[in-house]
Amino acid sequence: MMEIKDIIKPENLVYGKSNLLVDTISHYCPGCTHGVVHKLMAELIDEMGLQEKTVGVAPVGCAVFAYNYIEIDWQEAAHGRAPAVATGIVRLNPGKFVFTYQGDGDLASIGAAEILHACNRGENILVVFINNGIYGMTGGQMAPTSLENMVTSTTPFGRDSERNGYPMKMTELVAQLPGTSYVTRQSAQTAATVRKCKRALKKGIQNVLEKKGTSFVEVVSTCNSGWKMTPVQANKWMEENMFPYYPLGDLKDSKKGESVSKN
Amino acid sequence: MGEYRLMKGNEVLAEAAIRCGCDGYFGYPITPQSEIMETLMERQPWSETGMVVLQAESEVAAINMVYGAAGSGKKVMTTSSSPGVSLMSEGISYIAGAELPCLIVNVQRGGPGLGTIQPSQADYFQAVKGGGHGDYKMIVLAPSSVQEMNDFVDLAFELAFKYRNPAMILTDGAIGQMMEKVELSEFKKRWTDEEVTDKWGSWATTGKPVSRSRNVITSLEMDSLKMEANNKRFQEKYRQMEANEQRFEAIQCEDAEYILVAFGTSARVCEKAVEIARVKGLKVGLLRPVTLFPFPKTVIGELAGNVKGFLSVEMNAGQMIEDIKHAIYDAGLHRKVEHFGRMGGIIPSPGEVVEALEQKFIQEDI
Amino acid sequence: MTEEMIIAGFGGQGVLSMGKILAYSGIMEDKEVTWFPSYGPEMRGGTANVTVIVSDSRISSPVLHEYDTAIILNQQSLDKFEKAVKPGGILLYDPNGITKPPTRNDIGIYKVEATKTAVEMGNPKVFNMIVFGSFLKIKPILNLNNVEKGLEKSLPERYHKLIPLNLEAIKKGQEIVEMVNEVQPV
Repeated sequence: MMEIKDIIKPENLVYGKSNLLVDTISHYCPGCTHGVVHKLMAELIDEMGLQEKTVGVAPVGCAVFAYNYIEIDWQEAAHGRAPAVATGIVRLNPGKFVFTYQGDGDLASIGAAEILHACNRGENILVVFINNGIYGMTGGQMAPTSLENMVTSTTPFGRDSERNGYPMKMTELVAQLPGTSYVTRQSAQTAATVRKCKRALKKGIQNVLEKKGTSFVEVVSTCNSGWKMTPVQANKWMEENMFPYYPLGDLKDSKKGESVSKN
Repeated sequence: MGEYRLMKGNEVLAEAAIRCGCDGYFGYPITPQSEIMETLMERQPWSETGMVVLQAESEVAAINMVYGAAGSGKKVMTTSSSPGVSLMSEGISYIAGAELPCLIVNVQRGGPGLGTIQPSQADYFQAVKGGGHGDYKMIVLAPSSVQEMNDFVDLAFELAFKYRNPAMILTDGAIGQMMEKVELSEFKKRWTDEEVTDKWGSWATTGKPVSRSRNVITSLEMDSLKMEANNKRFQEKYRQMEANEQRFEAIQCEDAEYILVAFGTSARVCEKAVEIARVKGLKVGLLRPVTLFPFPKTVIGELAGNVKGFLSVEMNAGQMIEDIKHAIYDAGLHRKVEHFGRMGGIIPSPGEVVEALEQKFIQEDI
Repeated sequence: MTEEMIIAGFGGQGVLSMGKILAYSGIMEDKEVTWFPSYGPEMRGGTANVTVIVSDSRISSPVLHEYDTAIILNQQSLDKFEKAVKPGGILLYDPNGITKPPTRNDIGIYKVEATKTAVEMGNPKVFNMIVFGSFLKIKPILNLNNVEKGLEKSLPERYHKLIPLNLEAIKKGQEIVEMVNEVQPV
């Protein structure tokens, strides 16, 4: 009979927590996509040897405490301003790898001007855009990306497009801008999609390191607390309702200065 | 250098930024200060010193670019005029809360609202009391000549880094648009990345090496006791500034019975008013605050013991007058303090100031 | 010596540039100078004016309510600034377009046919230098060598070939200025 101590040996290790993930308790709800995407970013920065040259820009929203979880230098931005903050850092420190990590309220609503102009200037930054169609941190209010008829705390009878406009496709918008080089929409609810999402983030980072312009990776996500569902129900709801409106896949993979999208 | 040139205040400010080793400028056009960015773009400092100049999409973006760049330990600045500075106020509060050094220049115009493009000093409260939210202070310098538009850029950066705090140059459209004889500063080298890491590596986001823990620039603290401790630290820093950095110029105050208190453009007007009043035999002096925060309250308290009254001359409805009264009160004294001002973009004339002084003080005293 | 003056006329008449050349010439003569313009939309087609102060000592207010000299190039400016000349000061104007000439008798009044003369010289743009020349004749506060240096400093390099023409215009202005009534002792 093999003892447990005989199994826990470095040569038997098949999976480990990334060195750059801080050993602490996360404030994210169980089932939330943020934890997964944080892990992917921590792994990539470690694997690509970028810790010493990385500066992350945290948003206002659920990921406001992103700086508590990854062992890199961080700046906390005002609501929506992360792309401007990242512009300031990267313009004066062109040798650094700078990324923003933003939710849909931050990026698509209050920060719509900053993200469009940063993408249009082709700032050499990676934008990680977590889209779960709701304001999670403030308690489940409508976001620009909330689906039609979606129930939120400020649309208790469902989002009415007559009153509230239509769900906003930010990724399609920024793909039109000549400054973006790689624009993609991913998800992270299964082992397979997590691996795919990691490949997309890696390509985004590489493009930034090669100074090709802005890389924009949307991750369609859930908010089981805001949506008032279990994590399993939320994943199912996302697949059935979010994916048809926000289809997954690469929208653009080109050099800076081209605005032609692949699809 | 020794060479004198004739330049506009706005142009001089741009030139001074390049010469003092500034690393970056982010701004958005607004009258009456657009010449600053125009001069920088014309000068192309990126090919000369490596200074970055970027036209942002808004004042909101510009100040947040400053916040980002300042967090990385670089010497960075923005300029705007009143309505634009209102838009920047949120960002300035974040910069103060995250304790970052930077320079913000307000070339004031008349308000409220869109107001006028003509000169004004109506943003005094906004500058010295904190235009944005929360208990914070900026170091505020008030140049009154084109020469000081040169000199104060380097001084503002020096103080900003000394205290890790935003500094503001509060000027107005008159000094921005005016040309005077100026001697520009010598060129200073920009800090290299190694120098930035040496000097500010303990807090700046220079990229985390193995040798130190991660640097996080933030103004957020959810634990109220810790947030109160942060506030106490800020307040202590502001008290240090008050103890060490009060700057002023006193003109003919030694024997004065009445003292005009004025900064910037109105101080220039008052200097002439003192000349006129002296010819009339009135014993009048001028106290010109150079730092508006910290306000030169010590000297005002000292002068209060020897004079009959103070006239605060401002291009607004009466803002600095409150700080003059506080300074006299803090000195344990009672003196008459009056205000004279013009608004809406009008600069008072020296004659008007003398008239106001006579009406408010001398006629009543007789 | 402190000379406080206002130069006022239409935008496009070279009011601001005349002031700038004057101020730069002052610097070349080691004097303190201040050039304070009206700015904003009024510069484009409307009235434009600039306060210029040249002094041996530190200059106090750039904004004045009375002037030693008023150089007036249109009727609106005459209406506005004639009364602002200090008693004993001077007013210099171009009669072109002036319907109501100045009337004060406690100041020195001079006129110069600058618009007409500039056309005769074949270059209407030197109009402002003719006026400048007339001013220097009335108040020789600046040496012509320094005025030439001032022109070099204030004009972009590509216009330096025009400096001789400008100097000629200044000399012309010195010749043709006419006294309307004498400076009165205060």
